[in-house]
Amino acid sequence: MKTQLIISIKIFAVLTLLCGIVYPLFITGIAQLVFPAKANGSLIVQGNKVIGSELIGQKFDSIIYFSSRPSAIDYNPMPSGGSNFGPTSSKLKQLISDRKAQWVKSNPTSDPEKIPAEMLLASASGLDPHISPKAALLQVDRIAKARNFSEERKQQLIKVITDQTESPQFSFLGETRINVLTLNLALDKL
Amino acid sequence: MTTLDYFQIFLFIALVIALTPVLGKFMYKVFAGEKTIMHPVFGGLEKLSYKLIKVNPNEESNWKSYTFGLLLFNLVGIIFLFLIQMIQAQLPLNPANLPNVSWHSALNTAISFVTNTNWQGYSGETTLSYFVQMVGLTVQNFVSAATGIAVIIALIRGLSRKTTDKLGNFWVDLTRSTLYILLPLSILFAVVLVGQGVVQNFNSYETVHTLQGGQQVLPMGPAASQIAIKQLGTNGGGFFNANSAHPFENPSPFSNFLEMLTIFLISGGLTYTYGKMVGSTRQGWTIFMVMMFLFVAGLGISLYSEYAANPVFGNIAAMEGKETRFGITNSVLFSVVTTDASCGSVNAMHDSLSPLSGMVPMINMMLGEVIFGGVGAGLYGMVVFIILTVFIAGLMVGRTPEYLGKKIGAFEVQMAIIANLSTSFAILLFTAWASVSSYGLSSLNNSGPHGFSEIFYAFTSAAGNNGSAFAGLNANTLFYNLALGLVMLIGRFGVIIPMLAIAGSLAGKNITPTSAGTFRTDNWLFASLLIAVILIVGGLTYFPALSLGPIVEHLLMHSGITF
Repeated sequence: MKTQLIISIKIFAVLTLLCGIVYPLFITGIAQLVFPAKANGSLIVQGNKVIGSELIGQKFDSIIYFSSRPSAIDYNPMPSGGSNFGPTSSKLKQLISDRKAQWVKSNPTSDPEKIPAEMLLASASGLDPHISPKAALLQVDRIAKARNFSEERKQQLIKVITDQTESPQFSFLGETRINVLTLNLALDKL
Repeated sequence: MTTLDYFQIFLFIALVIALTPVLGKFMYKVFAGEKTIMHPVFGGLEKLSYKLIKVNPNEESNWKSYTFGLLLFNLVGIIFLFLIQMIQAQLPLNPANLPNVSWHSALNTAISFVTNTNWQGYSGETTLSYFVQMVGLTVQNFVSAATGIAVIIALIRGLSRKTTDKLGNFWVDLTRSTLYILLPLSILFAVVLVGQGVVQNFNSYETVHTLQGGQQVLPMGPAASQIAIKQLGTNGGGFFNANSAHPFENPSPFSNFLEMLTIFLISGGLTYTYGKMVGSTRQGWTIFMVMMFLFVAGLGISLYSEYAANPVFGNIAAMEGKETRFGITNSVLFSVVTTDASCGSVNAMHDSLSPLSGMVPMINMMLGEVIFGGVGAGLYGMVVFIILTVFIAGLMVGRTPEYLGKKIGAFEVQMAIIANLSTSFAILLFTAWASVSSYGLSSLNNSGPHGFSEIFYAFTSAAGNNGSAFAGLNANTLFYNLALGLVMLIGRFGVIIPMLAIAGSLAGKNITPTSAGTFRTDNWLFASLLIAVILIVGGLTYFPALSLGPIVEHLLMHSGITF
């Protein structure tokens, strides 16, 4: 009994050193050497300010920017999470109808029955950086009007959406999507 | 569903099948003590470990001593993990200055990670320091998986050896699983994950000034190293609260595909190792095909339900609780994979799945986590059902039941029943208790049948050592932390101890040579019987409770009723 306990403690110490200290430090070393930008959060720096991470969605509710998805945590990552409302939730039903009304109010040119589902429903992490290209295109009229864009610049904006659209990875994995933060950065430069 | 959706599913299945013999052969070599390609790298470390802990690797023990060593090692793990959470504020690597964890949450988390459940009552980024995540949780991700592998290897030895009481050396099995299987795969996978964007650093949380003029605090940390083993070891405990839905934990469709593949990788491979060790790869493939059949059946139901319209929300696509980059197909696939294997990491919020798509994960867990299952745990859970199947088949034809030449006696059947009933008992009893108590009900996020499902899912997940959740339930309360902690212990050791007892008993028996009268256990007839027993014994137990939750919710949803 006593020897077994001593062995347990010793082997636990050895494995803790190996898997809990050496291994993570080794991975950190490789990561920082080979993929430093990614290992540190794919941060976007403008001037000398960090303005976000390419991977983490931000709150966009101003009419001059492309809106991001609804978020159960309002894009505050501390901590991340979804609404966890179930399929018969009356609260979610109410939220969907509120969001629909809000969308139609700010984008009067789009058909309320054709709003992409991701713009009415919150993501799992609350930090989804993407929307569908269709959801971006539906917002062009509103943004062009809010920014007093000429027809020519509006066409440029549509081209930016096409350029920034990400196809499924390696052309077969995942969904077609567009990153809202990088899209809005491009919009500001237009 | 589009052609691409089907293609991704077929590719996933094809890769699981293709990698099974590759890894299976490698693991066979590791446990047979043969030289592998990993020996030049880790061989010296293995010898050094035995020297440090003063163990003779050639000395084997009987089932009682093997079990006792395993239990002591797990107990040491629980105590250590509990203590470092209680004093994390005084420990280094805590840039967010997180305070010490409450005792009941610390206890729950300690049990959760040691039992390979990785249920999370806390939120990673706002509760635990880098030190606890790394030195505490990452370690348990490895050794709880290695413990599961050790148990199945001991059980296979019991099946394949004759007239001995020796089952192997737990310390050796533990060390070899960690060094040669888990560590090399994790290193490889962690680096690939960083390449996709998973963070791996010791920086302070980053405050960013958003484009629209707000502020956002981005959590950081040594995440990739933990996420790699979290998937490979079917652990499932996220570095961040949103788990594999968090863009820092699962940034791209490719990382997502690999995170699903690595969940099945080792458990699939072990079926091949099993076949090799008992001397017939057909036996292993039969088990593999049973698992694959149940996986595909669950996936089919789940996809069908999730793509069907929800009239309550105006028939829009079911994107609540899902990420745009994964879409519906990859979210449903992940939910089925992670609950078939007792992984429990999630890339979508299961609470928001349609009723039947939320029920499939529950059933996967209720069947005892035997559809690939936890590393090692899935396969020894499957042996429980195999014993029951040969027993029932033996009763039907009036012969002494046999499996792989071993006579299955009253003792083996009793132990198998104990393993099977201990989890059912824990799930149903505690679900009932929580459903009628104020402290059980006050944690709910949804009402009506979905609220009941939240409780039912939690105890099922704990007993199956899965760890995924209908996460609306606030489980970080005194009642849930303690009740779920107890259920996790029952679900883990209530199966491990009987299984090792079976291993010990079988090892002592002789092996009857195969004859014309032997009931074959490597053909379609047996596979069908096994599937039937799994569904009847495992599934029917829960049917009454399921009809109060997801089944009635499905019917009400189609009548447009909300709560």
